[in-house]
Amino acid sequence: MHYFCGIDIGAATAKLVIIDEHGQTVAKSISRSGVDYAKAAEKNLADALAAAKLNRTDLCHSFSTGYGRDNVPWSDGRPTEIACHGRGAWHHIRRKMTLIDIGAQDSKMIHLDDQGRRTNFKMNRKCAAGTGSFLEEIALRLALPVEDLNELAENSGKDVTLGSFCTVFAATEILAKIRAGEKVEDIVKGAFRSVVKRIAEMGLPDGALVMTGGVVAHNPYLATLIGESFGQPVVVPPDPQHIGAFGAALFAMDKIKSGGKPCS
Amino acid sequence: MATTTERKDFEATKKMKAIMGQYFTDLTTGPAQGKKTAWCTSVGPAELLRALGFNVYFPENHGAMLGATRMAPDLIPLANARGFSPDICSYLTSDIGSYLKGESPFQKMKLSGPPKADVLVFNTNQCRDVKDWFQFYAREWNVPCIGIHTPRSLGELDEPIIEDVATQIKGLIAPLEQIAGQKLDPEKLRAIMELSRQCTVLWKAVLETAANRPTPITFFDGTIQMGPAVVLRGLPEAVDYYKLLLAELQQCVANGVAAVADEKYRIYWEGMPIWGKLRDLSTQFQNLKTAVVASTYCNSWIFEDLDPADPFRSMARAYCRLFICRSDDRKEKYMEEMVAKYKVDGILYHDSKTCPNNSNNRYQMPQRLEQKLHKPYLVVHGDLNDLRLYSEEQARTNIEAFIEQLAERPAHG
Repeated sequence: MHYFCGIDIGAATAKLVIIDEHGQTVAKSISRSGVDYAKAAEKNLADALAAAKLNRTDLCHSFSTGYGRDNVPWSDGRPTEIACHGRGAWHHIRRKMTLIDIGAQDSKMIHLDDQGRRTNFKMNRKCAAGTGSFLEEIALRLALPVEDLNELAENSGKDVTLGSFCTVFAATEILAKIRAGEKVEDIVKGAFRSVVKRIAEMGLPDGALVMTGGVVAHNPYLATLIGESFGQPVVVPPDPQHIGAFGAALFAMDKIKSGGKPCS
Repeated sequence: MATTTERKDFEATKKMKAIMGQYFTDLTTGPAQGKKTAWCTSVGPAELLRALGFNVYFPENHGAMLGATRMAPDLIPLANARGFSPDICSYLTSDIGSYLKGESPFQKMKLSGPPKADVLVFNTNQCRDVKDWFQFYAREWNVPCIGIHTPRSLGELDEPIIEDVATQIKGLIAPLEQIAGQKLDPEKLRAIMELSRQCTVLWKAVLETAANRPTPITFFDGTIQMGPAVVLRGLPEAVDYYKLLLAELQQCVANGVAAVADEKYRIYWEGMPIWGKLRDLSTQFQNLKTAVVASTYCNSWIFEDLDPADPFRSMARAYCRLFICRSDDRKEKYMEEMVAKYKVDGILYHDSKTCPNNSNNRYQMPQRLEQKLHKPYLVVHGDLNDLRLYSEEQARTNIEAFIEQLAERPAHG
């Protein structure tokens, strides 16, 4: 059996997936990206190999993606995260789709045609509005663990609007809401709605509406709100936070199929 | 990115550096020799000013130098602090910042700095900012600031518009003669117009060598090579230079010398250059085997209407035909022709934060052209000079992902 590895080093976390020659995930790992991307890659690889009971020599090819894609010494290919998220999602959902990926630092809207080819894509502009960093900042301001946000938002019974584009100003707005006596869960839902608005202004969905990324993996309620906003249900593929790494692993596997160096 | 490919300069570039160096020297030594200096917007009535014996200085060229040397981000805040918003033209803010701090790329050439103006002459065909920019110096030095108010968003170049702009240009003659201390010699004007026209013809031919596959020249080369077309048009030096460069490029074409090794994709660059990142972007495109073969920007100094037999009306026509002051339907038609002529695979729009008039992605043009031409597009957010508005990593990933997208298209297998 041949194995392939994909690693996605994002702004906040590094995700790694090992797949077999049938494209099945055999192990995955995740860690903070930290400041030393090569070290994070090494740790993820060691963790996943141990979990799969594999040796490094069992890996045929490894591809890296994400902001740290150029910092993985053992990478055989470095497609962008745009390509990898598309590839990973297409493996699960073989339909024309609009893929929304919300990561720690950027949001992407990727359009794939009915052959899985990218027809257009858009990333958020220079600021972190509409990304995971925004929600992290809100959690910090409200002195809440990030993992509590989803449940709080789900339990909100009232819409509180956060109007600012800017993460820092939105945090200031939150202080005003607290002073006005708004409930924490309503403010959190307001923050979710703010992310949804930033996503909605990126473009229009065409085909299936698919969501991936760490934010939706940990906050499934956000997918519900996105679905409401676009007026169609959201499909979330398995392991949405690892979809970029999975796509990178699939590209590594494709390398064999497209006449690359055969595995020994 | 695995490898980095550096390109050699064209042989002709040595000559360009020499004539540009002489131009800057003449500008700074001119006043001591009794020469009057006119500041002129880059698409202003340079021919008229030369005919009246002025040394002609183009502050936009200085703005680009401040951007390319990455001095701009330190200088812009000085202008911001004096009331010039960070949201307005960063050529303006970096140039005024340069003046306030007394630092300029001129000093790297062992020259004192940009020459003080005896008169500032603008044309608003590009934007209102050029006028505001010149008026600052007019107040500062108590010198006249005069110019041409060109209508914008022009569709057809109708006679009344040409007549109006030609009348405005003629209206400059009397005040300029007074400042110059000499009368306008119509023969001299015609001779200068002829040299400008020849410069235009040659500059266009230089850019058109990029229609070849592989191209011998890219947009990034063009931003440097256009210097004489901007600041020396109307002078024989520019004509001689482009003859030399054109011959070299034609030889490159004949010998199959590629600007981008193993050229696979061809891009149109719409909008301003990101001056402080030219080298990085050029290298990135080289490594992606992608040639930026055409641009609105480099083509903006082609003035085919110039006609020595009809100087004022032809100048009006030439400076109204500019892409930047045309309506979107005219701009789209122009780009459609360029995409076909240069065999372009995709269009990159630079949304330059402080240059709305040169950012054509904001009113749905990319979507309209994509639908019509079936060419994908990418919008890169940045700025001509203010690198605080540019996210390196975002731009790099976007460009890389765009080329991946081109590779996925059926035409490329």
